Amino acid sequence: MERLFKKLTQMSAGLLFVILAATTIVLYLSAKPAIEQFGVNFLFESRWGVEEQQAVPARALDVENLEARSSDESFIEEDEDFIDDDEDFVTDDDFESDEGSSNIVYGALVPIVGTIFSTLIAMLFSIPIAMGIAVFLAEIAHGSIAKPIGIAIELLASIPSIIYGMWGLFYFGPFIANIFGGNTVSLLVAGLVLGVMVIPFMAALSRDAISTVPEMLKESAYAMGATKLEVIKDVVFPYAKSGIIGSVILSFGRAMGETMAVAFVIGGVYQFVGSVTDPTNSIPVVLANSFAESSGLSLSVLFYLALILFMMSFLVIAVAKHYFLRRKK
Amino acid sequence: MKNMLDVQNLTFTYNGAPAPSLEKINLPVQKHKVTALIGPSGCGKSTLLRAMNRIHDLYPGHKYEGEINLLDRDEKVYTNILSLKKEADMINLRQRVGMIFQKPTPFPMTIFENIAYGLRLSGVKKKADINNVVEKSLRDAALWDEAKDRLSDDARGLSGGQQQRLCIARAIALKPEVILFDEPTSALDPISTLAIEEMISVLREQYSICIVTHNMQQAARISDYTGFMYLGKMIEFDATDNIFMKPSVKQTEDYISGRFG
Amino acid sequence: MRLIMNRLFIIASTFAAMVGLFFLGWILFTLCAKGITGLSLKVFTNDLINGGLRNVMVGQLIISGMATVIGIPVGVLAGIYLQEYGGESKTTEFIRDLSDVMMSAPSIVVGTFVYAIVVIPTGHTSGWAGVLALFILMVPIIVRTTDDMLKLVPIELREAGMAIGASKYHVTMNIVIRYAKAGILTGILLAFARVVGETAPLLYTSGSTEFWSTDLTSTFPSLTVSIYNLATMPDEEMVQLGWTGAFLLTMMVLIINLIGRYASNKKRS
Repeated sequence: MERLFKKLTQMSAGLLFVILAATTIVLYLSAKPAIEQFGVNFLFESRWGVEEQQAVPARALDVENLEARSSDESFIEEDEDFIDDDEDFVTDDDFESDEGSSNIVYGALVPIVGTIFSTLIAMLFSIPIAMGIAVFLAEIAHGSIAKPIGIAIELLASIPSIIYGMWGLFYFGPFIANIFGGNTVSLLVAGLVLGVMVIPFMAALSRDAISTVPEMLKESAYAMGATKLEVIKDVVFPYAKSGIIGSVILSFGRAMGETMAVAFVIGGVYQFVGSVTDPTNSIPVVLANSFAESSGLSLSVLFYLALILFMMSFLVIAVAKHYFLRRKK
Repeated sequence: MKNMLDVQNLTFTYNGAPAPSLEKINLPVQKHKVTALIGPSGCGKSTLLRAMNRIHDLYPGHKYEGEINLLDRDEKVYTNILSLKKEADMINLRQRVGMIFQKPTPFPMTIFENIAYGLRLSGVKKKADINNVVEKSLRDAALWDEAKDRLSDDARGLSGGQQQRLCIARAIALKPEVILFDEPTSALDPISTLAIEEMISVLREQYSICIVTHNMQQAARISDYTGFMYLGKMIEFDATDNIFMKPSVKQTEDYISGRFG
Repeated sequence: MRLIMNRLFIIASTFAAMVGLFFLGWILFTLCAKGITGLSLKVFTNDLINGGLRNVMVGQLIISGMATVIGIPVGVLAGIYLQEYGGESKTTEFIRDLSDVMMSAPSIVVGTFVYAIVVIPTGHTSGWAGVLALFILMVPIIVRTTDDMLKLVPIELREAGMAIGASKYHVTMNIVIRYAKAGILTGILLAFARVVGETAPLLYTSGSTEFWSTDLTSTFPSLTVSIYNLATMPDEEMVQLGWTGAFLLTMMVLIINLIGRYASNKKRS
């Protein structure tokens, strides 16, 4: 029994590794056709689902040959025209099967840029507010106010992200469009909605980091005549620095991989923004919208995108954990 | 005017507490002397100490009755610090009445910056002035030799005893008139404890000192006057020799001889 | 001067807090306002095909519940391994880090993974695919909370158990787990609340359907996916139904969270 139990727990723990490894492997294998087709250029290509022009000249060249041939033949025998016409068709088909279905170009640049910039906007917007909330809760508010607001923030952090998306689509988008002009679905709206979504998450984590500062340390500073601002600036923040930066980075990772809050309001359009108020796309949104209609290479391309997103968020979390968030032993 | 700080008839109740934690306390803190507060856990000695720089008021709602009089800088008049309300006055108070805490509390900065911090807050700007004061403070705190080559290292790299001496240096850099010590050696090893006790003995030449300690031998070693407290009341206050050799109150004698506490 | 800066800072910080709370209040307000107006008995008795939400609400609970049922043993056992058997080794730390990585991975990527290994081979979306996706999201959360709760158990308790000759298995299951039970249950509850609100991983694993179904082997009704579909429809009534669904979903999540908090606070006092 003893050994069986231990084995079971070991296997369960190992399962975590298996899942993670399987995800990486499966994504890679499914993405392989696309990776082989497009290589690293995929990251820098901005066209999506556009037909390549290159295939046409080659075909034109040989069609000319064929026409030349058929016209030659026509001098010899009239009925052979028909045969040659047929052969034209056959040869054209041969051409297409030689090209495969690879005359359509996909590029991840627009979604990648959209993901990064919408997340950046979200960060710019949310960091000051989340920090303000965290400091307010941990250092400024009286206990009787801080406690309920703190609970409210934690509950707000549990609201499903689809709610933010709906609110963004029907209320916030038009609101922003009124102020800044431009579309009701755009990079700006998506970034701001993401920002609002991430605020309770970042605020709660930062507040936890700030409350690890020992009372006695803060009292030491006050006992020297420091003001609250000085204590927060010179003692609290440096002490809690790693936890706070860690919370920001984790929030960045969260925002980057967010689908539903963004899907409603980013526009789903494969084009670069001329201004922030234009619609564009992000990787999670592409994934959300395109799976149903894709197959073959276009499906493989989606897996390639998913792999890229997976790598990106993995990187962010690894950095956060390694540099900033050592779990207490 | 031999008292630097004079607690008179102080009754103190914590915010929301059903009964006062301090009752009608009288305590003089004489100039250039060390006054010790002893008593069993919970008797209120730390509470009394923390009233003297009004650090209680970081958490609002407490009730004070009585007076705590602090001699003005011109040495002519006393001000009741319990009547101070404005933040600027509080800041000023805490620059004149410094406090060393139970556990060493180095700020997350370099050794140099730890000491310079309070100076900068109080408006000292010239680099030369700051450097001078930092050096003098470290010397007075018996830390200069160990720290002079590490001034730009993080203060948290110092040992416990060194950190506590750093906190003392930090406090005296502001040239306070009173220094309050709240069980300063309870978290330290015997050798560091001895070093700090020696320092306190020397510090009294420039400052007026009040120290809370749960270690009676420490009080007997370094203080001039001792107050024995129990359950929020000042049971007996006298010259240290009297308290320890011929106490007037039986309770004092019981505590000294270890019969309780 | 210092005091002026101090005052300004406090005002700015409070202002920032107010701004943040304002936005969040705005969202909650619109959610409740729009959601409640759509509430009616029909919502609970009819399936989506008939303008109600019965099938999708039940479906969401079934998928999440199933994921929880499978997730609890795996997650708790893994947490037990990390805390009780793993010790300080590098492997243990590694698995802990892995668990954290998985917890923060984008949920849509999980959906993509499950699509590749279940939906493509079987040729269609299914409830089980959704269950698997939610399972993958849930397990790291349960592992982490179990790990943290077990860490809080005083070592003396384990030693006392061993001292009367109990095997490690007995000590763990009967003493340690019992001590940490409340915390672990809260963790499970909160993990459930977290996944029941997920949309992205279900989009093309379970999909959703307008019909009543309890057959997990085919496309399965999902509240969250339906909300996504409803909200983007041109029909005003459909959008309203989407809001109602969103409101009900949020209420459910908030209530579960509140229960979890209440339970863990009770344990502490």
